[in-house]
Amino acid sequence: MPLIKSVRAVGHSAVDSVWRLGVASRFLAMTLLQSGMSFRRFQLIVKEMFSSGVMSLIIIGVAGLFVGMVLGLQGFETLKRYGSESALGSLVALSLVRELGPVLAALLFASRAGSAMTAEIGLMKATEQIAAMEMMAVNPVARVVAPRFWAGVISMPLLAALFSAMGVFGGYVVGVVMIGVDEGSFWSQMQASVDFRDDIINGVIKSFVFGVAVTVIALFEGFDAPPTAEGVSGATTRTVVESSLAILMLDFILTAFMFRGV
Amino acid sequence: MQRTTLDLWVGAFVVAGIAALVVLALKVGNLSTYNVSETYQLSAYFTNVGGLKATASVRSAGVLVGRVSSITLDSDRYEAKVTVSIDKRYQFPKDTFANILTSGLLGEQYIGLIPGGDEEVLQDGEVFRKTQSAIVLEDLIGKFLFSQADAK
Repeated sequence: MPLIKSVRAVGHSAVDSVWRLGVASRFLAMTLLQSGMSFRRFQLIVKEMFSSGVMSLIIIGVAGLFVGMVLGLQGFETLKRYGSESALGSLVALSLVRELGPVLAALLFASRAGSAMTAEIGLMKATEQIAAMEMMAVNPVARVVAPRFWAGVISMPLLAALFSAMGVFGGYVVGVVMIGVDEGSFWSQMQASVDFRDDIINGVIKSFVFGVAVTVIALFEGFDAPPTAEGVSGATTRTVVESSLAILMLDFILTAFMFRGV
Repeated sequence: MQRTTLDLWVGAFVVAGIAALVVLALKVGNLSTYNVSETYQLSAYFTNVGGLKATASVRSAGVLVGRVSSITLDSDRYEAKVTVSIDKRYQFPKDTFANILTSGLLGEQYIGLIPGGDEEVLQDGEVFRKTQSAIVLEDLIGKFLFSQADAK
């Protein structure tokens, strides 16, 4: 009976995904409980911050610059119709600080650093380095997972802030230097509309939440990957897909809580 | 503790990230215009505050002298009670006029103070006696249409 078989497959995959969610939550709790060592040996976190944070700097900076430049161009074209080109500064800054900075930086971070984390841990598992650690009574969660988790959580807000700052600079270059919007009104309208607590701090909170989500998904997928070549490649793909979806869904939820038309 | 080039890179990354946050806070956001000096509170009643928001600026002769700290509805008078924090450096006469104004045609709303000629100055907790509410564009259009109809 093919019908029964397909219904059974749907049910199976639903139960399986709920199951994985439960295991992932337990994995997060275990990581938090085992993070004492990575703070006592802070060098471990620094090393991971180099590979996830510092190595993502170029892509984040260049992407932020170009997103800001596009916002400058498109925003100018739209605002020109209403004769309010002077609001370009607040348009660029608000869209970057509230939404684009945290979300795009997190998406780039997921594909640049998250996939690398998954592949690294998956390969460690495939080459039985994780099992070897357990043999030596070293907890792999404390030694391998927790430093990467904290490195990602610390790096993410910094990267998002850099993205927004580069974006504002890009919008300034296009709007003021190239098109010729008045420089004084560009900055003063921006400062009048961007609130430190409501906009900037909320953006930092968003990127912090995204940092937790992306690193947990990446580390869990790596830790959970079947120790084969296909298993690791499949886990890397799932990391990028799942963390992108998680970022966008969390962004909607957080935005609904933060900006209820105050 | 042994130093490595790795530490230098990570340190530079953290410095760059924090610098970006500071730039966002001071250059993009309004943290630099938050009043850090000592203030005193004054309040004013308006029949309509329009689009005035908390943290909107309070200006006299175009100079920033304080910020709106809260807007509530007074349930006895059914009017909006606006509390403003004014910088201690500035004193205003008792008959100062408080208006809700708009910067530009579609800009942000703020409170403009026009000092009167009274000898005494407003003390902490006192109320502006003379106020003028926000101009609501719909009301203006409505009045204009009615006056057109009457003229015919």
